[in-house]
Amino acid sequence: MSKTDHGVGGLTYDKSKKGWPNEVNIFAALILIILIFEALGQFLPYMNDQSFLFDTNGRFDTIFNEARLKIIILQVAIIGIISLGVTQVIISGGIDLSSGPLVGAAAMIVMSFAQTELVNGNPNPKAVFGDWAFDLPVIVPVIVGLCFGAFIGAINGSLIAFTRIPPFIATLGMFLICRGIAQWWTKGQPVSFPTESFAALGSGMMPVVWFALLAVLFHLVLRYTLYGKHTYAIGSNEDAARMSGINVKRHKVLVYMIASMLAAFAAIILSSKNLTAQTGMGQFYELFAIAMAVIGGVSLTGGRGSIIGTVLGAMVFGVIQSGFTYIKLDAFYQLMAMGAIIISAVVLDQWRQQRGSSRN
Amino acid sequence: MTELGNIILETRDLTKHYGGVHALEGADFTLRKGEHVAIMGDNGAGKSTFVRQITGVEQKTRGDIIFDGKPVNFTGPLDAREAGIEAVFQTLALADHLDVPDNLFLGREKTKWNWLGPFRRLDYKSMREDTLEALQKTGVKIPNIRNTIQNMSGGQRQCVAIARTATFHSKLTIMDEPTAALGVQETAQVENIIRTLKEQGEPLILISHNMRQVFDLMDRVVVFRRGRICANLDIRNEDITGEDVVAYITGAKTQPEYEDAA
Repeated sequence: MSKTDHGVGGLTYDKSKKGWPNEVNIFAALILIILIFEALGQFLPYMNDQSFLFDTNGRFDTIFNEARLKIIILQVAIIGIISLGVTQVIISGGIDLSSGPLVGAAAMIVMSFAQTELVNGNPNPKAVFGDWAFDLPVIVPVIVGLCFGAFIGAINGSLIAFTRIPPFIATLGMFLICRGIAQWWTKGQPVSFPTESFAALGSGMMPVVWFALLAVLFHLVLRYTLYGKHTYAIGSNEDAARMSGINVKRHKVLVYMIASMLAAFAAIILSSKNLTAQTGMGQFYELFAIAMAVIGGVSLTGGRGSIIGTVLGAMVFGVIQSGFTYIKLDAFYQLMAMGAIIISAVVLDQWRQQRGSSRN
Repeated sequence: MTELGNIILETRDLTKHYGGVHALEGADFTLRKGEHVAIMGDNGAGKSTFVRQITGVEQKTRGDIIFDGKPVNFTGPLDAREAGIEAVFQTLALADHLDVPDNLFLGREKTKWNWLGPFRRLDYKSMREDTLEALQKTGVKIPNIRNTIQNMSGGQRQCVAIARTATFHSKLTIMDEPTAALGVQETAQVENIIRTLKEQGEPLILISHNMRQVFDLMDRVVVFRRGRICANLDIRNEDITGEDVVAYITGAKTQPEYEDAA
C-alpha cells in the first residue's frame, strides 16, 4: 500500500519509492548465500551431511562452527581494511587500482624497519639495513609505513585532481610503480624476522580487531563529518560541489591519501601476521577490495555507498570464498566464480540505479 | 511596491566574442536594489551570454561590470558567488544523492568541533531547523526534507535550488528560465518564491520566454536582439503590452535610443 503525501502544487512524494536502506538487501543476500551453502552441504552426495556454519560434530561449545567463522572473518579483515579506503575513493567518484601493489611495496619497506637483530642467537640472515635499523620501537615501522602510504596517495590524488587524467589511468600507473618498488627494495629478496612487538600487531585475531576499529571510525567519519559530506557531494555532482565552494582538488588529494594510508596499514598488519614480507604480497587485493565495496552497494558512478555496506560486502565475500572451499570447488573455478559475482554485483547496482532515477 | 534603492549592478559596453561570433555587443545595463528585471529575446539573442559574463562562468571580451559600487572581474562562478551573486541555472547545481538540508548548506555547512579541521562534526540538527525555516520563508513545501534530491520532482528540485539562493541573502539573484521544464502548479510555486524575494527587497534578474509571467512579476523588461540590447521597457509605469514586447523581440520595433545599435 503506497501512501502519497500531497504537497502544494501537485508536488507529490510517494513513500513506497523510497524503500528500505540498501544495507538490508545486502544482509539478506548474506543470509541467503549462507543458506545456499548450508543446503549444498546437505544435498551434495560427497559432503557427508556436513554443516557449513553449524557445529554438528560437537567440537565446539557454541552452536556455530567456530573455526570456520574465525577463518572467514580473519580472511576478509586485511583486505577489508583496504576496502574501507577504496569505499571512500569510489564514493568520491574515483577508483584506486594501486592498493594491492601498494600493500606489497609498503610491506617490504615496513618490514625492513621492524627487523630484530638476533634470530635464535644468530645474526638476522635477512637484514636489509645496518645495525641501526635493528630492534627499533614498533612505532617506527608503523610511522614509516603510514608515511609511505600517504606519499603514494598524495601522488595519486594530485595526478587526478590537478592533471585531470582519469583515476583509472593514474592508479594503474601507480600499480606498476609500486610493484616495481617492492622488487627494487631488496632486489626481490623477502624481508623477515620482525621484533616481537611488531609481530604482536597482527597476531591471532588482531587483524579483525583493527578492521572493526577502523570500520567504526570511518563509518563515523563518513556519516558525521564535513569530510564525509564533501566526499559524497563530489561523487554525486562534482560541478555542483565546485560551484558550492568546496575545494574539490584538495579534497580529492585527501581522499586518496587516506585510502593509501589504509592500504599501507593493511600491509603492516599483513606482514606482521605473516612474519615476513615478499614482493608479490597483496596480489589481487585491489580487485578484491573493490569487489567488497561493490558487493556492499557502493556505486561505481559515485555518491552512493556506506561503510556498513562495505563491511557486509566483505562478509559476503568471505562467506563465498569459504563456501567454495567448503563444497570443495577447485581454486581456478573459485576465481572464475568470483569474477562472475563481481560482474553481477555491478549489473544489479545499475538496475537499482535506473529504477531509483525513473522520475528524471 | 518597495522603493528602489541604489544601483546594485551596472554593465558598461559589456562585450563577448566567440572567435568571429559577436554573441554580445556593447551591453549597457543597470539594476537597482529591490528591482526585478526580466531579460527577454529570441534564442541566440545574447541573454544567456550576458548572464554568463556577470556570473563569471565566462570571461568578457571587453567592457566593465560594476557590482555593489565596485568594478569586479570574476575569474569563475565561485568568485561571483562569494561577491553575493547567486545564480540558478537550468542545469541545477544539486547533488542528487544528498537530502535537502545537505544541498541547501552545500559548501557552507554548519559544524561543531572545528578544531578537527576537515574532520569537524556536522551540526545536522541546526541545519535541519534552518532548512525548515528557509522553506517556510520562501513558501516551498517539501513533504520530507530528509529525502534525497534524486527522488524529487523537477519542481521540487527547482524550489530547493531557489530556496538555497534565497536563504543566504545574496545581493543579487539570477534565474535562467527557472520554469521552462515545469508544470502549471510547479510554476506557480516558483513564481511565489519570486514574489517573496520581491517583498524582501532582493534584486533579481529573470530570463524568461513566458510573457504572462514577466508581466505578472517583473518591474522592467530588457530586450536583447542579435547580441545587442534593443529596448528597456518600464512595464510597471508605462503603457506597454505584450505585443509591444514581441515587436521588439522580433525586430519590428526598436527604441530610438538604441537605433544605432540595431
